[in-house]
Amino acid sequence: MWKWLHPYANPEVSYHFAGKLLPWLSALAALFLSIGLVWALLFAPADYQQGDSFRIFYIHVPAASLSMGIYVGMAIAAFSSLVWQLKLANASAAAMAPIGATFTAIALITGAAWGKPMWGTWWIWDARLTSELILLFLYMGVIALHSAFEDKDLAGKAAGILTLVGVVNIPIIKYSVEWWNTLHQGSTVSKMGKPSMSIDMLWPFLFCFIGFALLVSVIICIRFRTEILARNSIRPWVRDLVNSHVAYNTTFKEHM
Amino acid sequence: MQFDSFSAFINMGGYGFYVWLSFGVSAVLLALLIFSSKSGHQQIIKNIASRQQREDKLRQARELREQNLKT
Amino acid sequence: MTANKQNLSYRSAFTLVLKRDLTIALRHRDDIINPLLFFIIVVTLFPLGIGPEAQTLSRIAPGIIWVAALLSTLLSLDRLFKSDHNDGSLEQMLLSPHPVFILVLAKIIAHWLITGLPLIFIAPLLAVLLHLNEQSYGALMLTLLLGTPVLSLLGAIGVALTVGIKKGGVLLSLLVLPLYIPVLIFATSAIDTAALGLPYNGQLAIIAALFFGSLTLAPFAVGAALKVSTN
Repeated sequence: MWKWLHPYANPEVSYHFAGKLLPWLSALAALFLSIGLVWALLFAPADYQQGDSFRIFYIHVPAASLSMGIYVGMAIAAFSSLVWQLKLANASAAAMAPIGATFTAIALITGAAWGKPMWGTWWIWDARLTSELILLFLYMGVIALHSAFEDKDLAGKAAGILTLVGVVNIPIIKYSVEWWNTLHQGSTVSKMGKPSMSIDMLWPFLFCFIGFALLVSVIICIRFRTEILARNSIRPWVRDLVNSHVAYNTTFKEHM
Repeated sequence: MQFDSFSAFINMGGYGFYVWLSFGVSAVLLALLIFSSKSGHQQIIKNIASRQQREDKLRQARELREQNLKT
Repeated sequence: MTANKQNLSYRSAFTLVLKRDLTIALRHRDDIINPLLFFIIVVTLFPLGIGPEAQTLSRIAPGIIWVAALLSTLLSLDRLFKSDHNDGSLEQMLLSPHPVFILVLAKIIAHWLITGLPLIFIAPLLAVLLHLNEQSYGALMLTLLLGTPVLSLLGAIGVALTVGIKKGGVLLSLLVLPLYIPVLIFATSAIDTAALGLPYNGQLAIIAALFFGSLTLAPFAVGAALKVSTN
């Protein structure tokens, strides 16, 4: 059933496939993001309770969901690499880690900037924010592990093990942090419940979410291609590709 | 348009600092990410190319040395 | 800068060693980032262990940040002399005609730029996490600015003593942490005093005295310790 996927286990095929997807994904991402962000900033209604600060929501929630989604993607890649010995999955996992870390950071910072006018404080140790912070640490650990090894395959295996341990750990961490939070739930802060979205807000949110998801896939394609080149640098197809690239650059410069 | 004037747009109903801080930091982080991804790609191509040139030069030098030994 | 080694002035030797260490560190980015991440994670662990109550956290925030800074500096000290010792360049530095204290000072300054300076920039963000009293931020930054070089200088003495020993890591902590205690006490006292709105110049002056004292004396101690460790 999966036979049509088999050619893509070849790094060269996947490299060119990602290269072909890149312009289409970039155009779609630019389209959805520009529509979504302009809608969110200029046309979406201000929230009845939170006013215009609600517009942060249109970046915060997509970033948070994507940060978790990317981690799950990394875990699937790690699983493929360790169980099915797909070397290429190491490249995709290494490509995804910095992107996930960036989106986690964006989620935390926009969350803090949203929290200050809403809760009166930049940071609060509630279950969701704490879990997101721990997710950031998990990402940084994976990135550190990838760069600690000289041999990239070994690095991929080690980081893969860490990712899988992490993905099993995430529900446990979430549960324990929620339990810790209910223990300490004090007088402090009234939790902001998830607002039920009116249709005026749902559309810009969807456009932003899809736009950011497409942006993530664009950056994954770029980094994936870089990782493939780095891991296959002695192969003849890489050498030919690099030489044609350099030749193009030098002829271009000569014409200038 | 939800805003009457440009200054109202910047002010964001009093929450301007927080909204623009969020959007600004997100934009900067994403720009850094995109820039680093693209420059990483160019960097690896340059590295492979220079490594190839070095190996070619070493090979040429070795062949030249062997030729000189024969003659 | 003349290439003739005999004419290499003290300042050129100093900047040469400084630039070398900075270049090496920038090529091993992990050496910079890992201690910083350790700092952040340790600070995060405290609210998880103690509870998120803002009042409790803001009382102990200065102590948490400073202890985490101490431990993170301790972790990063190992790379000061270890790799040079392993490939022999440490001995070469000791054998050079330039006085050892200049080269050592350059290495320590490079170490502070790589580990202490990022700590200073990250600390206010962590202080937000711990709900540090708003009046204390200035004191926090100033104590870290004056105190982290002291940590690098005193720590270098410990590393120089243990660089030749195989399992020197834990021994290093035993040697160096007692030396850190005065800095810790005066720094946290300054931050607490600032939270009350009172002037904290006295504590800052003492930390500054520790700084200048160690700046002038520690390089000689380090040089002597290195000579002991490398023979």
